[in-house]
Amino acid sequence: MSGIVRYGSYVPFNRIQRSAIGAGRGERAAASYDEDSASMAVEASREALRELPEGAAVDTVAFASTSAPYSEKLNAATLQAATNLPKSVTALDLGGSTRSGLSALLAGIDMASAGRTVLVAASDVVVGAPSGPRESGGGDAAAAFVLGGNGTEPIARLVGRASCTEEVLDVWKSPGMPFAKQWEERFGADVYTPLLVETFGRALADAGVSASDLSKVVLDGTNARVFRGFLRPAGIAPEQILDGLAGTVGRAGSAHAGLVLASALDGASAGDRIAVAVVADGVDVAVFEVTDAIDAGRPKHSVASWVESKRNDLAYTTYLKWREVLPFEPPRRPDPDRPAAPPMQRAERWKFGFLGSRCNRCGNTNLPPQRVCVVCQAVDDSTVEPYADGECRISTYTLDRLAYSLQPPVIGAVVDFDKGGRMLCQLTDVDPDNVGIGDELEMTFRRLYTAGGVHNYFWKARPKR
Amino acid sequence: MASKGICDRVAIVGMGCTKFGEHWNRSASDLLVDAVQEAYGSAGIEPDNVDAYWLGTTGSGISGLTLSEPLKIQYKPVTRLENMCATGSEAIRNAAYAVASGAYDLVMAVGVEKLKDSGFSGLTGSAPPGDGTESGMTAPANFSLLAPAYAEKYGVDLETMRDVLTKIAYKNHYNGARNEKAQFQREVPVEKINASPKVAGMLGIMDCSGVSDGSAAAVICRAEDAHKYNDNPIFIKALSFVAGPSEGAKRQDYDFTTFPEVVESARDAYVQAGIEDPREQISMAEVHDCFTPTELVLMEDLGFSPRGQAWKDTMDGRFDLDGDQPVNPDGGLKSFGHPIGASGLRMMHEMWLQLWRRGR
Repeated sequence: MSGIVRYGSYVPFNRIQRSAIGAGRGERAAASYDEDSASMAVEASREALRELPEGAAVDTVAFASTSAPYSEKLNAATLQAATNLPKSVTALDLGGSTRSGLSALLAGIDMASAGRTVLVAASDVVVGAPSGPRESGGGDAAAAFVLGGNGTEPIARLVGRASCTEEVLDVWKSPGMPFAKQWEERFGADVYTPLLVETFGRALADAGVSASDLSKVVLDGTNARVFRGFLRPAGIAPEQILDGLAGTVGRAGSAHAGLVLASALDGASAGDRIAVAVVADGVDVAVFEVTDAIDAGRPKHSVASWVESKRNDLAYTTYLKWREVLPFEPPRRPDPDRPAAPPMQRAERWKFGFLGSRCNRCGNTNLPPQRVCVVCQAVDDSTVEPYADGECRISTYTLDRLAYSLQPPVIGAVVDFDKGGRMLCQLTDVDPDNVGIGDELEMTFRRLYTAGGVHNYFWKARPKR
Repeated sequence: MASKGICDRVAIVGMGCTKFGEHWNRSASDLLVDAVQEAYGSAGIEPDNVDAYWLGTTGSGISGLTLSEPLKIQYKPVTRLENMCATGSEAIRNAAYAVASGAYDLVMAVGVEKLKDSGFSGLTGSAPPGDGTESGMTAPANFSLLAPAYAEKYGVDLETMRDVLTKIAYKNHYNGARNEKAQFQREVPVEKINASPKVAGMLGIMDCSGVSDGSAAAVICRAEDAHKYNDNPIFIKALSFVAGPSEGAKRQDYDFTTFPEVVESARDAYVQAGIEDPREQISMAEVHDCFTPTELVLMEDLGFSPRGQAWKDTMDGRFDLDGDQPVNPDGGLKSFGHPIGASGLRMMHEMWLQLWRRGR
């Protein structure tokens, strides 16, 4: 039976206190100035893909987001390239509703039943109009799942499901609108709650279980009011409801259900049944049963570890600047050049896949890959050496207050990899006053800048999280 | 490397150099006309006497037309060249080698850069279309890597290191204060240098060369003709240039306390000129003080100080105007700014003035 083979999550490093926005308690996760939904999807996908079980070879990639960096140009292709998946994959972008994350997961399981192995990544950078509930209640995060069918041992099998689609004006955003709008919540609750009760019941019937058989229930949607009238008719006790991370991350759009499901899997035991429901433009419900394979199938980072690893004093004005809501004085430096298509194409394995080269003659590693070895000058005699998971440390560094950046200073570091090789790269997710020679780093996929509408993705180093 | 060199085969018989600074009312063409006219006058020649020209500029024009159009050069070869911060020096080297080859009797090397029209801080380059993976770091950031690395390697505490860098800036501004062609002609107090706003790493604004406009030109001829134009010609003993594989950012064994290219090129130049002990035999030097730690490291790469000792020599005043081995007596890039294509020729202009005046 098809199900989840591996999973991964990602919560960015920065948090903004809701008190800084004047909007209640807790904090929300905020993508850094150099992150977007595609780069965060890459981070979550790296977690899910790191140790695939025998026989699982991803042949399909789906990217779900309501904040895709490109509205035309396949964002899933960025995901494919940055995770070094084969070019033979089928790739698709989904969006249109924050329900798309769970919808993509269900579609991926359908594809898995048809023999495919599917990477589904859901990711969102949720930007709300300043002072509105979407701004304070939203969060930025990503979740990724590898879905497989026969021949792969899932960590959680899909045992039941149901869907419902409703043409309703709840949350909407037309091209050109800077922020999404939402109809009054009381209306949404009256429309959605009965749909959720009915759909949830069908999913349980499909799974052949009752509400009390569920270890955990993940409830997510555009409108929290929907769930108030749901528990009692559905026969669910409040303690079955999993923490929705509202106080620590915020609702991360299409990624949110996956993120909370990932946190459920982090703490799950074999035999646990987990129901996931998303209410947005209708309802999707999935019921999973955790298998014995769960303990061997957890990613390097749990959701809790991402949540704990943070800097939580992001200034509101900085946040608004990062989201391009607040205009700011640019540095007296030329705008960065739009990266050019042919050089990007030629450098794809370096720029996206972060693949260096190792000289076959002397063993030296070259970053970026060199045709002529920097040590022994051997020509065209090297093999590919992957670096995305390479651990490295700072050899020396500097704070560049002159270079163009949305968040100066640029922290430039000479980084030496434990497996050999050196590169000059930018650091991110780090306090400029707290950088030191010898600091241990890991690589992260980022959007350096956008010029001419072209998002310039490349890798940076960050302190280990 | 074994370059045979052109020792004593060519001479500089005249030079021109504009004031360096913010020439809001002068274009690159204007600056070229000024520098070249001064050089013609200095050598006592007419444009007809010049067989060929080399023009160094990194971004103030493309092709020889940048020079031939404003000067109305009458159908002579004009080569435009670019070699980053060595552009001006490369104009001299290529012009001198052309004379040494016998192809020409009298040529000019000219350099110009008009930086202040951009409105940007610092230097800006025009790179070819790229893949977007370049580090994006600026020149001061790259050179700032030298200071902590040097301090670490030779056990200099960072406070002392700050004093050393400040001393270099202070010295060069002291020298520039006595030069009517410098961009900045005032001494800068130590406290002001120490307190200047940070640009990159340890480097403040006062550790960086200025951004300015300027042009300089040299008249170069066969050694045997030199006395026709000038009673005290300057004979070129050695010119050396090397390019490296740019491996420092790729190899873990590079420690950011030396420029291997400078070491190699100095070794080559000393062989050509018959210099065996540069610390004792070189009386003065113009060096590339784009940022204060650059000058520090160059003192060792050029053999003026033993490894790990340049910071002491600097503090002891060895490189001061009245020291044993004055460095950048004209005030250097610190006082002149760095109009890139012109800088190498501006440095040669100071050498020429020093040697020519001594000769008189």
